[in-house]
Amino acid sequence: MELTLAIGIGVLVGSGVWLLLRPRTYQVIIGLSLIAYGVNLFIFSMGRLRMNAAPVLPSGAPVDPAAYVDPIPQALVLTAIVIGFATTALFLVVLLVSRGQTGSDHVDGREP
Amino acid sequence: MRFADHLTIAPIVLPLVAGALLLLFEERRHTLKALINIAATLLLVILCQGLLRKADGGAQASIYLLGNWPAPFGIVLVLDRLSALMLAMTSLLALAALVFALARWHKAGSHFHTLFQFLLMGLNGAFLTGDLFNLFVFFEVFLAASYGLMLHGSGSGRTRAGLHYIAVNLAASFLFLIGVSLIYGVTGTLNMADLAVRIVGVPAESRALLEAGIAILGIAFLVKAGMWPLCFWLPGAYAAAVAPVAAIFAVLSKVGVYAVLRLSPLILGTGGGASAGLADNWLFIGGAATIAFGMIGVLASQVMARLTGFSVLVSSGTLLAAAGMADASVTAGALFYMVSSTLTIGALFLLVELVERAQDPAAGVLAVTMEAYGDDDEEEIEDEVGVAIPGTLAALGLCFGLSGILLAGLPPLSGFLGKFALLSAALGTGGREGVPVTAWIFLALVLTSGLFAMIAMMRAGIRIFWAPVGGTVPKVLVVEFVPVAFLIMLCAAMTVQAGPLMRYADDAARSLHAPAGYIGDVLSAARVAPPEGGKP
Repeated sequence: MELTLAIGIGVLVGSGVWLLLRPRTYQVIIGLSLIAYGVNLFIFSMGRLRMNAAPVLPSGAPVDPAAYVDPIPQALVLTAIVIGFATTALFLVVLLVSRGQTGSDHVDGREP
Repeated sequence: MRFADHLTIAPIVLPLVAGALLLLFEERRHTLKALINIAATLLLVILCQGLLRKADGGAQASIYLLGNWPAPFGIVLVLDRLSALMLAMTSLLALAALVFALARWHKAGSHFHTLFQFLLMGLNGAFLTGDLFNLFVFFEVFLAASYGLMLHGSGSGRTRAGLHYIAVNLAASFLFLIGVSLIYGVTGTLNMADLAVRIVGVPAESRALLEAGIAILGIAFLVKAGMWPLCFWLPGAYAAAVAPVAAIFAVLSKVGVYAVLRLSPLILGTGGGASAGLADNWLFIGGAATIAFGMIGVLASQVMARLTGFSVLVSSGTLLAAAGMADASVTAGALFYMVSSTLTIGALFLLVELVERAQDPAAGVLAVTMEAYGDDDEEEIEDEVGVAIPGTLAALGLCFGLSGILLAGLPPLSGFLGKFALLSAALGTGGREGVPVTAWIFLALVLTSGLFAMIAMMRAGIRIFWAPVGGTVPKVLVVEFVPVAFLIMLCAAMTVQAGPLMRYADDAARSLHAPAGYIGDVLSAARVAPPEGGKP
């Protein structure tokens, strides 16, 4: 599972970086989104991977921490998703404005 | 818990409430919005002065436990001397930028006031927070507001620069997240103080991973701080932003520097175990390269706004190189220099707009070969209304000369004192073995950058005030001139009060470089007892 996840993150971030370096704004924003997915998965994986384990501890009964997953990365990834979405949406608006004002979807606002 | 203890969170809550309140009123009610905004910012200035006193008075940092969880588990806000200094500096610069914007820029687009308050909220939060993830959250809050402000005033030039600015900062934010989560994965903590404790016990096989995490996190900070070669977005973006926004952006690059100053001695200082001093050489080399790049840029700039943008780089580079020296007395000088240079650059960004009104834009671009273009038609620029103050050029020229002196670091103003404190401390770092070669490099770069700044400012000043070609006397409103004079007066006041301020900076730097006190204060912060008779 670790290998699958690692390859997945690697492919996402790798293609994201490649797209980010492209000259068209559409490619840039798709690249940023892919990197965001990769980074979110990465944060998630930093709490160690485990199958079928809940992050919520029962109250009352004695607790064995080894049976539960780390809840903090899940909380972090939630925040990161929200912030990532918001900033990407904002970027999308700027991109549309730029497209409208310059009449070109090149990141420099004019064709080379 | 006394009421005064709750004031620690007030610099975050106040702009948040003010910003939210501003959203309730429709965009046409400019006066009302401006009044609310200026009242909130004034209150923030007073509050931050109070916090500065409080941080200076107490031997301990004030810790605010959000949600009343003990430190390594819950979120903490930490008010110590460094964060109080950053808060006070930000609020003063914000006040000046806001007053300047009231002349006309706040009407140039929608939601200026709201974004302005949210920017302040993010900045204050970033200075106060005691854990890494909230540092990220507050970074995003002020960056999101800064994206909006960057585009304020619209125009395709601004959009293009804003596009680059946003793309670079988004990419840096993802690096930030990767760094934070790597650090969390290895050490299991996000609290900075707890991290400083745990970093010593990290097993050798995980250390490479941890150091990679710290390095990636550092890259994210250095992008914001504008370290060469991560700084190419900065001069263009700052030059494209409207003047009051650019002035407040002068603080933005200092947030990256703040994070480096905070974290590098805390987790990589003498208590850092095998990782101690990991970043120092990189910071020094990067800082030195940034000064070199910035000063060449200052000299090469044809437009005043770009000149100021490159001055931001020189200032950042000086601070990063000073951070790389990892010495308490150098850091003390750096703190003094940081306040002085940030206020100066803020004043200069405001001033640039005023003096450039006198310039024919086309002639300004071709300044070097200007003689050939001297016969261009004179034309009025923009549509200023109101009473122009008499002797405009003389007053502006005086301010321009003073900011040139401040920027170059000539006596008697605070720019000189800051650089002097930095350099004399740097020359003393070697102890008995003599002055280390890094100190000589630093000395040479700082002095040369001052010379270059002076040359550039003189050339621009002569062009603008003595030999204007096709220029007119700019119409400047009093409300636009006052903030510039205010910022320069602040720098002058820093000169007069240099003794107490240096003592403060010294205390702040010493507690940064002896982080045991900070760690102890954060980790031992007591929870508030439940109210009498109530359920816990």
